[in-house]
Amino acid sequence: MANNSNGHSKKNLVVIQLSGGNDYLNTLVPYQDGHYYDFRPNMGLRGDDLIPIDDKLAFNSHMGTFKSLFDQDKMAVLMGIGYPEPNRSHFRSMDIWHTAQPTTTSSEGWLGKANSIIDPEGKNPITTVNFGRGLPRALALQGVSVASVGALESYGLYTGLAGASNKDAMLDTISRIYQPMADGGFPSRRILETGRGALDGADLLREAPRTYSSDVEYPEDNPIAQSLKGIAQVMSAELGTRIYYAAHGSFDTHTNELVNHALLWDQLSTALACFLDDLKQQGKGEETVIWMFSEFGRRIADNGAGTDHGSGGAAFVIGDSVKGGLYGEYPKLGLADQLEGDVHFNTDFRQVYATLLEDVLGVESEPVLKQKFSTLDLVRS
Amino acid sequence: MTTVARKHEDEAVMAHLLRRAGFGATRDQIDQYVARGYEETVEDLLNPSHGEPEDQDLMDRYFIASVEARSVGHADPQWSWRLATSEKPLEEKIALFWHSLLAVGGIKLDHGLEMLTEIELFRRVGLGSFRTILFEISRNPGMMYWLDNQNSHKDAPNENYGRELLELFSMGIDDMGEGDYTEDDVKTAARAFTGWASKPTPPPFFLGPFPMEFRFDASDHDNGEKSFLGETGNFDGENIIDIIVKKRATARFIAMRLYLYFVSDEPDDEEIERLTDVFQETDGDIRSILRSLFNSDHFKSAAVRFHKVKSPAELVFGAARLTDRFDIPDMDSSLLANQSLFMGQHLLNPPGVEGWHEGEEWVDSGSLIERINFAASELGRVEAPGIRRMIELVELAGDDLQPEEFVEACLDAMGSIDLDNGSKAVLVEHAGQSGSMGSADRIVEMFQLIVSTPDYQYC
Repeated sequence: MANNSNGHSKKNLVVIQLSGGNDYLNTLVPYQDGHYYDFRPNMGLRGDDLIPIDDKLAFNSHMGTFKSLFDQDKMAVLMGIGYPEPNRSHFRSMDIWHTAQPTTTSSEGWLGKANSIIDPEGKNPITTVNFGRGLPRALALQGVSVASVGALESYGLYTGLAGASNKDAMLDTISRIYQPMADGGFPSRRILETGRGALDGADLLREAPRTYSSDVEYPEDNPIAQSLKGIAQVMSAELGTRIYYAAHGSFDTHTNELVNHALLWDQLSTALACFLDDLKQQGKGEETVIWMFSEFGRRIADNGAGTDHGSGGAAFVIGDSVKGGLYGEYPKLGLADQLEGDVHFNTDFRQVYATLLEDVLGVESEPVLKQKFSTLDLVRS
Repeated sequence: MTTVARKHEDEAVMAHLLRRAGFGATRDQIDQYVARGYEETVEDLLNPSHGEPEDQDLMDRYFIASVEARSVGHADPQWSWRLATSEKPLEEKIALFWHSLLAVGGIKLDHGLEMLTEIELFRRVGLGSFRTILFEISRNPGMMYWLDNQNSHKDAPNENYGRELLELFSMGIDDMGEGDYTEDDVKTAARAFTGWASKPTPPPFFLGPFPMEFRFDASDHDNGEKSFLGETGNFDGENIIDIIVKKRATARFIAMRLYLYFVSDEPDDEEIERLTDVFQETDGDIRSILRSLFNSDHFKSAAVRFHKVKSPAELVFGAARLTDRFDIPDMDSSLLANQSLFMGQHLLNPPGVEGWHEGEEWVDSGSLIERINFAASELGRVEAPGIRRMIELVELAGDDLQPEEFVEACLDAMGSIDLDNGSKAVLVEHAGQSGSMGSADRIVEMFQLIVSTPDYQYC
C-alpha cells in the first residue's frame, strides 16, 4: 500500500473534529440493507432523506456538498474506521484519537508531535492554529506553542476587556515589558520569549483578516463556517501555518436525532462548500487537505428517539489532491456480524494518520505514532 | 531595619505564605494575619477544622447536576466553589497537590462522583501521615480502576499499580530512570496487591453513576511468600506500604515534591535534605514537614519569593478571590474551572498518571494570552466588593502620588505583591504618561497592567 511517502510533502492539514460521536449509519446510509431498517425502526432514513451514490449506499440528504465532492473524486470516504477494542466513553475514545495510543494513556497529541517535527526549534508560534477555546489534546505537547483562537478579529490581549479606554497605551506598555533579556534574569528568559511569541503571533493573526479578500459569504449564524472562514483568512496571509483545527458538534444524538443530526450536517455541508470555494479563490486548493473524524459511531439499533454510543465510524479526507472514492468495506449489520451491538471496524485510523503525516505534512509517521503503519494511497503528491 | 521596613517585610512574608499555602490573600486579610502572627497563622492553616462544610447543602441545591455527578464536567462546579471561597485554603491547596501527585485521570475514570470522592479523601487525610495517604489511595476504587488493579489476579498479576506506586507515588526514580528498587520489587508489589480492586459498578447510562466501592477479594490474593526491598514475608499491599514509607528514597521524594510545590521551581538540595530528615523523624507526617517548611528562614527569604510559576488553578482562583464576588454558588464560580482548563489545567482530569508538569511548562503562548486576559478581566470588575476595596486603598494612599508611589500603592492594595525592577520601571513610566493617576479608571488600568506582567505569572 505504501506509495510516494517521500516525506517531502508540504501541504496544509485542516482537521474538522465532529465532537460527540457522529452516527455513521445515518451519514452514509446502507439504504438497500434490510438489517438497517430492522434495527432503525424510528431513525431509519428513506426516500427524500437520502442522496444515493450507488446501488447500496446513500448520503444523508443534508450532505449535498459531500455528494458533489464525491462525484468530483475529491473525497475519500473511509468506511468502518476505528481501532481494536473500542471504548465508548467520549473522553477516552476522543483521547485515543487525539494521542493515537489506544492501549496506553498519553498526554502527547499526535499533531503536537507533528508540529514539533515540522518546527523543531519552535520558531513559528503559529505553526498550528486552533479555532476554539482550550487546546484539544491532539495539539498538546509540552514545549509546543499553539494559538487557540476564538475569533481572529478579536484575538490577542485585552480584546474582550470592557471599559478599558486606554487600551493602546496599555498594549504598548505590555509589549515593552515582554522583551527577552540575558539568561539568568527574572522573570526568566523563557517566559519573556513566550510572551514575545504570543504577542507577535497574536499581531499576525489579528492582521490576517485585513489582507484577506474573497467573494465567499460564509453564513454568520453557522459556527463551523465561521471557523473555516478564519482558517481561510490565516491561510491567505501566508504565515507559515501548517496545521489548522476546528470542531463541530455536538453529535451526541441520544435524543431528537433526526432533527439535530440533519441540522449539524446542513451547517457543515454549507460551511464546507464556502470553504472549498474560498480555497479555490485563494489558490490553496491543491495544497490543502481536510480531515474529518469523530470519536466513535453509534449503536446500530436506535433507542426510539436517537442512538447511543457505539464504535466504528466514517471519516473523510477531502481536497483537490485527494484520490476520491470509497475506502474500506461497509461493515455488515446482521446480528452475527455485530460487535456488542456495534459495527466492527476494518480500517485502523492510525493508517490514515500515517498517510496524513507523510503525504500531507511531510513528517515521518513512526516517531509520531510510535509504531509503523502502512499508508493508504489517498493523496496525490 | 526600620520599623516601617520591618512592617513591610512582615506583610510581604505573610502575603508569600498565603500565596503558597493558599490562593493569595487580600490586603485586609494580610493585616489580620500579621496581627495574629506568622507561626500562629501557619498553625491555623495546618489545622483546618474537619467535617462537612456548612455550605455543602447550599452548593448541592445550586449545582443540582453535580450531586452524584455523572462526569467531570458535572463535578467541577463543586470544587470550583471550594477553591474560590474556602476559608481553609491549605486544605484545598494540599488536595490539589495530591490530586496531581496521586493522579487519577477523568479521561479513563469518567465518573464525576468518584473524582470528587478522591478530592474529599485528600482534604481529609492530605495533611496527615503519608502512610495513611498511601494506604487510603491504594484502597480507593477509582485508583484501582485507573491503574488496572481490578485486572490483577493471583495467577496473572498486573504490574501497573505496583510500578506506579514505587515510581510515581513514593520512591521515585532519578534522571536516568533508576530507582532504589528493582524490577523484582515491582513484580512483588504487584503480587502483594492482587485482590485489591474496585467493585464492579453498573454502567452509568441512564441511571447516573453509582458510588464506587473498594473490594478485597481474598480468593484472588497471592498468599505466597514474597521478597520486597530486602525483606521477606507473606506480604499484602499494606505491608508493602509499611516497607516503602520507611525508605529514605520515599522521604526524599515526598520532600522534593512538597518543596517544588510550596517553595520554588528550582530545587534546593540542602533544604530538601533537611525536609527529608523531618519526614523520617516524624514517620512521614505531612503536617510536621509543612510546619518545618513554612517556618524555615529559607521559605521566608526573598530569594524564593515569586520563584514559582503559578499553576492555572493558582492564577485563576488567586485573581478571582481578589474580587470577593462569590456570594452564592452560581455560574460565576463554576465557570472558573473552564478558565483553568483554557490555560491547560483541567481540574479533576489530570492528563496522565504523572499528573501535570509544573513550573515554566505551564506557560505557552496560547495559555499566556488566556492567563493575561482572564486576570485583567477579573481586576476590571469595578462593581465587585474586593476591587472596590482595592481602589479605595489606593485612594487612601494619597491624592498627590508620584508615579512610583502610585505603582507601589497599587501593588500593596493587591495584597503586598511585588515586581522586578525592570517591569516596575515600565509601569512607572506608563503611570507618568497616563495622567490623573488617582481616578478609579487609572487605578484599575494599573491593576490590569500588573496582572499582565511576566512577574505576575509567578507566585
